[in-house]
Amino acid sequence: MSRIKNKFLELKQKNEKALIAYIMVGYPNEKSTISAIRGLVNGGADIIELGFPFSDPIADGPVIQNASNISLNNGIKIEKFFQIIKQIRKETDIPIVLMTYTNILYKIGYEKFMQKAKNAGIDGFILPDMSIEESKSYVNAARKSKLDTIFLISPNTSTERIKKILKVTSGFLYLVSMYGTTGMQTKIQKYTIDAIKKTKRVVNKKKPIGIGFGVNTPQDAKKFLSLGVDAVIVGSAFLRLIEKTSPKKIESKITTFTRSLKNTTR
Amino acid sequence: MKTRFPKQGKFGDYGGRYIPETLVPAIEELEENYLKFKDDKNFKKELEYYLKYYAGRPTPLYFAKNLTEKIGGAKIYLKREDLLHGGAHKINNTLGQVLLAKKMKKKRIIAETGAGQHGVATAMACSCLGIKSEVYMGYKDTIRQKLNVFRMNLLGSEVHSVKSGSQTLKDAINEAIRDWITNVDTTYYLLGSVVGPHPYPVMVRDFQSVIGEEVKKQMKKINNKTPDTVIACVGGGSNAIGTFYPFLDSSIEIIGVEAAGHGLKTNKHSATLSAGTKGVLHGMMTYLLQDNEGQIRETHSISAGLDYPGVGPEHSHLKDIGRVKYHSATDREVIDAFLLLTRTEGIIPALESAHAIAEVIKLAKKKPKSETIVVTLSGRGDKDVEVVEEYMKKHVKNKK
Ligand SMILES: Cc1ncc(COP(=O)(O)O)c(C=O)c1O
Repeated sequence: MSRIKNKFLELKQKNEKALIAYIMVGYPNEKSTISAIRGLVNGGADIIELGFPFSDPIADGPVIQNASNISLNNGIKIEKFFQIIKQIRKETDIPIVLMTYTNILYKIGYEKFMQKAKNAGIDGFILPDMSIEESKSYVNAARKSKLDTIFLISPNTSTERIKKILKVTSGFLYLVSMYGTTGMQTKIQKYTIDAIKKTKRVVNKKKPIGIGFGVNTPQDAKKFLSLGVDAVIVGSAFLRLIEKTSPKKIESKITTFTRSLKNTTR
Repeated sequence: MKTRFPKQGKFGDYGGRYIPETLVPAIEELEENYLKFKDDKNFKKELEYYLKYYAGRPTPLYFAKNLTEKIGGAKIYLKREDLLHGGAHKINNTLGQVLLAKKMKKKRIIAETGAGQHGVATAMACSCLGIKSEVYMGYKDTIRQKLNVFRMNLLGSEVHSVKSGSQTLKDAINEAIRDWITNVDTTYYLLGSVVGPHPYPVMVRDFQSVIGEEVKKQMKKINNKTPDTVIACVGGGSNAIGTFYPFLDSSIEIIGVEAAGHGLKTNKHSATLSAGTKGVLHGMMTYLLQDNEGQIRETHSISAGLDYPGVGPEHSHLKDIGRVKYHSATDREVIDAFLLLTRTEGIIPALESAHAIAEVIKLAKKKPKSETIVVTLSGRGDKDVEVVEEYMKKHVKNKK
């Protein structure tokens, strides 16, 4: 069974929801990435989402764009990324998901990329520009390597389409909370509440639902969880914290912030 | 309007729809409406009206006698898109899409622009048809094409200077897509070339095909034949596909010309089809200039309108099946072509279009006088005179 699926089962038994934490690999450098990951694990994150930078991140707002740029300027490469994962895997068994854009996988080749990813210890993928119509060879390659394909839906996704997306989704379903790019800080909108209701109805407990984009604080997390999602995904808020923290303190600061978020899931 | 509407928006492997889920309903709505209106009598009539009385169609097919004599080979005809309102072929597409946006009851139009020509054409069509517009433009391009920024402002369009990434056309597209994701309900994204997710490459091609349709008719009137060769410059590829499309089923020679910048052996060029590899960017699969890890490379061209690391997916397909040949011209060749056309014919071409002129200069002398070559002059060069002046100061002894 996949680490992700396992994790959700385990949490269910404990009557807990999942905290999914996102950071960008290589931001602001490799060493800080490792410290941040340790902080996430210590603080009790349930799943880690690692961003690998792409030159043209159309679904991302300024915070992740900036982190992407810095990581790319530091010369991050795929092989380096896999090495970092292998190193982390010596310390933890936490599920790790790679979030990047389609071209990064396509250029190397879906199958080849998946094999390497599996080998390094990655559990699944999130590609915000991969639509189901184009996903056949991507999904087939992932299944072959027993990796999860986490697809996104949006508040304007129709019921019919959610059903189609569910068929190729494994791990969990990623509900984008609002119209916009990553990192926006807004109040929870009525359309978001409606979207959660609709999604829950369509998914009917067959797969976990995680909500992301616009979850920035423990208060946000609490509100979303009270609406009945299975996981909250926090990204830009971690990057903002890393940005203003000196390298030595990254691990402890991340631990504290992670803990405050994780507490809302219990 | 003749249309090959490819299944699932694919030209061979190319094209498709690689987009964030939020955009899916918007793209589906666009496709539905485009299919509904493209053959609608009233819509076509309205578009024809604006193309004729507002934009200035049909454009002349001009026999460039002096240039032909100077080169000494095949007869060269220029398709004068530079004479259109706004100074480029871009208005063919913006009028079509703005009319469509109005049918779709959209309240706000956004666009990206490189050279500023699509931005200007958007601002004009929006002003004429009464709808609000905002244009994204790379910071670098706002400097080298500042005249067009001023024109857009005058026309009532708000210009957003984009400081992310390479600060050129590709980043302007990224930012426009982000805006669209954020304002998906109210906003119409008016893409300026045959790029992006399906149905844009098909729709923009159809709106630009008026160029090739006219060439066909006009040439027939002149010598009762089709041209032996057609040539156009390729950035995203809209003036090129608009010229080529009506001739694809024939056997005439078709040549697209890309920007070779400082040369194909350097990294400073934008010749996507000549030097690129397959990949996914801006919602489509197509040839891209990228490194071997899939990061998009920064490009260079003396012409802002060709400075783009991707290309329309239909061109990628036409290259692979060998129906169209894709050549390139360096900045230096382009400046020479720009000067030659200016001095022999009294026509100042856009630097983008000067790429096509550079190709015909090389090609015409190898062909007999009995043959005809049509070159699409996609735009006029007023916007470029400062860039040319600077280049000449640096590189060219002023030969009077
Ligand atoms: C005059 C002119 N020609 C050509 C182009 C390139 O676009 P396309 O390849 O879509 O025709 C531009 C783009 O800005 C332009 O302004």
